[in-house]
Amino acid sequence: MSETPKEIPLETIQKFAPLMMQGVPWATFLGFEVTGVERGRAFARVAWREDLVGDPGTGVIHGGVITSLLDNLAGVAIATRLRALRAMATLDLRIDYMRPAEKGREIQAEAECYHITRSVAFVHAWAYHGSKEERVIASASGAFALNDPKRWSPNSGGLAAVMRAVESGK
Amino acid sequence: MSRAEQVSAFLETMPFAAALGMRCEIFGDEMTAVLPFQDKLIGNAVIRALHGGAIGAFLEMTAMAQLYLVGDLATPPKPIDLTIDYLRSGRAETLYARASVRKLGSRMSSVHAEAWQTDRDKPVAALRAQFLVEVRTEED
Repeated sequence: MSETPKEIPLETIQKFAPLMMQGVPWATFLGFEVTGVERGRAFARVAWREDLVGDPGTGVIHGGVITSLLDNLAGVAIATRLRALRAMATLDLRIDYMRPAEKGREIQAEAECYHITRSVAFVHAWAYHGSKEERVIASASGAFALNDPKRWSPNSGGLAAVMRAVESGK
Repeated sequence: MSRAEQVSAFLETMPFAAALGMRCEIFGDEMTAVLPFQDKLIGNAVIRALHGGAIGAFLEMTAMAQLYLVGDLATPPKPIDLTIDYLRSGRAETLYARASVRKLGSRMSSVHAEAWQTDRDKPVAALRAQFLVEVRTEED
């Protein structure tokens, strides 16, 4: 694959961003949904569900759901800043839990890829109710390794779909 | 109720532990958490790797279970913050984890946990976390 000089067109990312979550079995199981994509940013939500509860006494969603959501959404945010398709792998993730998610209430999330190099992407992410200024549930920061996807088979997954679309110029 | 029974009760009453599909095997004060492979845990369908979030959730739950094993907790531990290092990609097979409580105070606790697959010397991921705890006192 030749290096494209510019970032992948936002329309391409917007078209395929849902696949980057809905094409991921663990994200599908938890019910993650991409709600928006901008250059450098991605947004998503997850509905409250009984089987995702971590504390049956309070009905609060388990922190592991939020870790999964922010990790996955970080990948979508990174995709908006890539100049060539890269396979991503989480190097580390730090999560601060500011307040519990409210029982019965949808959780929204935002991820921002604030710096990217040839081999690493840096991301901040937030989970919240309403807006991240209003009721932030957790904030995260992480580093992600970017690898040449040629090591992978090009046959499945959301990223592979984006890759094919970019290569065919559509 | 023994500490081991408290750990089992904690996991059995937590819906997300069942959703994840994990269990804990306890021998005295030693516990190994087990997460059998299921297709829903996949994060990368191309290389069939476990989702980093699923691994993180498993480590967080292992840390919480270990707190129940070493301390007499009145309520489930509440995570304050945690850091997960992803060291190797998790393959489509059983994941194991063990945690160690580095400090258990009356309110704050610090826990380390590590997950591996076939070889314990080749960890898949490591967690370091702080929890807010409520240790049961004599009056309770």
